[in-house]
Amino acid sequence: MEPIIKFENFSFQYFSQKTATLKNINLAIYPGEKILIVGPSGSGKSTLGNCLNGLIPFAYKGKISGSLKIKGQETKNQNIFSLSKNIGTVLQDSDGQFVGLSVGEDIAFALENENVGQDIMKQQVRKVAAMVDMDRLLESSPFELSGGQKQRVSLAGVMVDDVDILLFDEPLANLDPATGKTAIELIDDIHKQSNKTIIIIEHRLEDVLHRDVDRIILVDDGQIVVDDKAENILASSILKEHGIREPLYITALKYAGVDIKPSMKPAHIETLDVSDCAQKVRDWFIENKAQLIENNNEPMLELEHIKFRYDNTREIIKDISFMIRKGEMVSIIGRNGAGKSTLSKLILGFEKVDEGKIICDGHDLVEDSIMERGRQVGVVLQNPNQMLSKPLIYDEIALGLRNQGLSEDEIRERVENVMKICGLYEFRKWPISALSYGQKKRVSIACILVLNPKVLILDEPTAGQDFAHYSEIMEFLKQLNDNGQTIVLITHDMHLMLEYTPRAIALNDGKIVKDGSSAEILCSKELCEKANLKETSLMQLANKCGIDSPTDYVTAFIEYERKELR
Amino acid sequence: MKLKMFSYNEENTFVHRLSGVTKLLCFLILSFVVMYTYDIRIMLLIGAFSIYLFKLSRISFKQVRFLVMYLLFFVALNGVITYFFEPTHGNMLYGTYHELFRFNDIYVVTQEQLFYQVSKMVKYMCVIPMGLIFFCTTNPSEFASSLNHAKVPYKGAYAVSLTLRYFPDIARQFTDISNAQQARGIDMSAKAKVMTRLKNTLMVISPLIFSALDRVDMISNAMDLRGFGKYPKRTWYTYRKLGKEDALAFVVCLSFVALALYMAIFVTNGRFYNPFI
Repeated sequence: MEPIIKFENFSFQYFSQKTATLKNINLAIYPGEKILIVGPSGSGKSTLGNCLNGLIPFAYKGKISGSLKIKGQETKNQNIFSLSKNIGTVLQDSDGQFVGLSVGEDIAFALENENVGQDIMKQQVRKVAAMVDMDRLLESSPFELSGGQKQRVSLAGVMVDDVDILLFDEPLANLDPATGKTAIELIDDIHKQSNKTIIIIEHRLEDVLHRDVDRIILVDDGQIVVDDKAENILASSILKEHGIREPLYITALKYAGVDIKPSMKPAHIETLDVSDCAQKVRDWFIENKAQLIENNNEPMLELEHIKFRYDNTREIIKDISFMIRKGEMVSIIGRNGAGKSTLSKLILGFEKVDEGKIICDGHDLVEDSIMERGRQVGVVLQNPNQMLSKPLIYDEIALGLRNQGLSEDEIRERVENVMKICGLYEFRKWPISALSYGQKKRVSIACILVLNPKVLILDEPTAGQDFAHYSEIMEFLKQLNDNGQTIVLITHDMHLMLEYTPRAIALNDGKIVKDGSSAEILCSKELCEKANLKETSLMQLANKCGIDSPTDYVTAFIEYERKELR
Repeated sequence: MKLKMFSYNEENTFVHRLSGVTKLLCFLILSFVVMYTYDIRIMLLIGAFSIYLFKLSRISFKQVRFLVMYLLFFVALNGVITYFFEPTHGNMLYGTYHELFRFNDIYVVTQEQLFYQVSKMVKYMCVIPMGLIFFCTTNPSEFASSLNHAKVPYKGAYAVSLTLRYFPDIARQFTDISNAQQARGIDMSAKAKVMTRLKNTLMVISPLIFSALDRVDMISNAMDLRGFGKYPKRTWYTYRKLGKEDALAFVVCLSFVALALYMAIFVTNGRFYNPFI
C-alpha cells in the first residue's frame, strides 16, 4: 500500500530561529492508521503538524528541505487551501477556532468558503452535526457550550469537508478528565466508522491510550526518537528519558520492581495482564504503607454559607462552606461551570456574595474592596500574559509595592528577596519579553508573593504545560508551601491534585460534592462521575492485583514518590 | 451580566427578522430625516416610533443603560456649550425676541433659544434608540452576508462581523485583567486621582492588547485552515433574502422622508418649524 503521508529527509527551519526545528525526518503513515505523536514542548511536534496542514509555510515562513508528500503529491507545490481538502485540523483551543456565531454557522464555515449553495449547505451541516451528536444544538451560541461541545463543533467543522486525514493538535489540553475521555472515545468511533487516517499530537499519553492507537511516534529535539507500537514503547524506559509522563500504573509497576514486557499488554490498564506481577505489587504495598500527616494548624480561610447568583439567573453557588488551615495546599476541582472560578472571584471580591461570610485570618472580607482584599488574598491568573504590563521584571514585581507608597529601599529589599525565592534573581535585569512561558509564570507568581498574601490562589497553574514545565511550576509551589504559604489551586488536572494536594474540594453544580483526601476522591467512581473526573488507573491496578484498599495504595504511591524521588 | 452588554441578542421579533442591510439603510434614512428637519413635530413622531420599535425588539434597558447614560451626558454637555457660545442663536433663526429672564448683560434666556435647544436635544435623542436597535438586533454574520450581497468585498464584511463577534470576549477579558490588577493594589476606582487612574488603566490595556494579538493569530490560522479566502466569492449560511417585511420597513422609512420633505417645502417653507410667527 502507498503511504498517504510520506516525509523523506525532511527538514524545516523557521526564519526567526538559528537552528532547524525539524531535522531530517523520515516517516510514512498509511491510509486508515491511527497515530499518536508525543514529545515535550519545543520538541517540534507541533511544527510537524503545521507542516502537514500547510500553516507552514503559508502562515509561518521558513526554509524547507527534503520532501513531504500527501497522497503522492509534493506539499511544497500546493497551497494551504488544496491541502485543507485532504487534511482537516482540529486546533488546541476550541474557543479560538469557533468562528461562527452559532454551532450551525461554524460547521458551515468551510462550505461557505467553497461557495456551496445554502440549501445543500444546511443539509450537510445537519448530517455532520449528527455524527458528533450536536444536531440538536445547531442554534446555540459558543457562550452556551461546554469545552467538550465546542471541540465537537470544531471536529464537525473539519469533517464537513470530507477530508481523508484528521489532525488533532493537543485535543485534551482544555478539557476536564471525563470530557477528555469522551473526546478520545469520539475520535476512536469516527476512526472506526469512517476509516480516516487519524493523527493525534498530545503529551497526555495515558489519556490518549484510553483507546487503541496503531503506533506512537516520539519526537524530541526535532527528530524522531522512536516509532513503534504502544506495547513496545511502554515496556521500555524511553518515554521518561524524553520528558513524557508514563501512565501512572506503568510507573507504579516499575516502583514495584516489575520488568514490563510487551506480552503483558501494557497499553491499557484494562488489558494489562498482572498474573505474573500481582504478588510483587502487593509486597511493595505492604513495605511502603504510609499515613497522611494531618494538618491541625489554625484556620486561615473560612467560607461560611456562601450563596451567589448573577442577576435574575439561577444560583451559581449554593450554600458553600469550607475551611482551609494555615500552610495547607488544597485543590478546588470540578467541571467547567461547576462554580470553581466563580468561587475564587467571590473570595477576591471580583463579584459580591449574596449571602455568607468569607473569613481570612479572623477577619471578614465581605465588606472589603478588591484592593483591600488583595492584601490578604492574592490571585494568579491562568495566563501570565494577562498580568504582566511592565517591560522589566524588577518593575513588574515592584508595581504593587510602589502603589502602597513604600520607600524605594524597602521595595528593593522585598523585591530582591522574592526574586531569590522564585529563582528569578539572575534574570533581574532582563526584559520580560525575553522569558519563556514558565519563567513568565514565575514572574506572575512573584508579583503576588511580594505583597505577602496570607492565601495564594492560582487558577489552572499548569494548563497546557508539558511534563517538564508542569513539574517545574508545581515543585516551585510545593517549595513555597513547605515554607508555610497557604495555597489554593483551581484545577481540573488529576495528576496535580493527586501528587501535590493531599486534600481536594470537589464541586458540582454550585455545591460541594466531597471535601476530603484527593486519593479517596480519585478512587471513588461515584465522586469522579459527579465532579467530571476519571478514576485514577492506580486504583484499577490495585483492584487487579487484589489490594483491598485502593485509597491506601494510592496514598502509598504518592508518599513513595515524594520520599524516594525528590 | 456584563458580558451581554451591547451584544447581539437572539430573539424572534419583527425587527430581528429584518435583514441587516435593511436595518442599516433604515437607520441611515431615519437619521437623515432627523438631521435634516428642525420640525419638532416630525422629530417627536420619529422619536415615538423608535421607542415603539425599541419596545418591540425586546431589548432590556439594563443591557444598554451604561451606553445611554454616557450619550445623555454628552447631549447635556452639548446643550450647555451651545448656550454658552451663542445664547441668542434661536432668535436669529426664528427672527423674533421673547425674553424670559436674564443672568447678566450677555446671557439671556429667550423662548426662541429654549425652543431651538429643545429641538436640537430631541434630534439627538431620536437617533440613540435607533442606533441601539441596530446594534442589539443585528446578527453580525447575517449583517456581513447582507453587506457582501450589497457588493461590499466579503473579507471586509467578515472583518466587521468578527469585530462585533469578539467584542464581548474582549470586554470580559478587560474585566478579568482589571480586577486582577486592582487586587495587586492598582487603583482604578473613582477614589484615585484622574491622572493616576488614566495611568493605571494603561496597565490593563497593554496586557489586553498582547493577549488579543495572540487571539488574532489563532483565529486567522483557524480561518486559513478552513479555506477562508480561497475564492473571490463565498456563500453565507446565515444569509436571508429580502422579504415582504423588509419592503414594509423601507416603505415606512421613506414615508417619513416624504413627510419631512412635504412639510419643509409646502408647509413650513424651510427646515424650521416656527411657532413664534
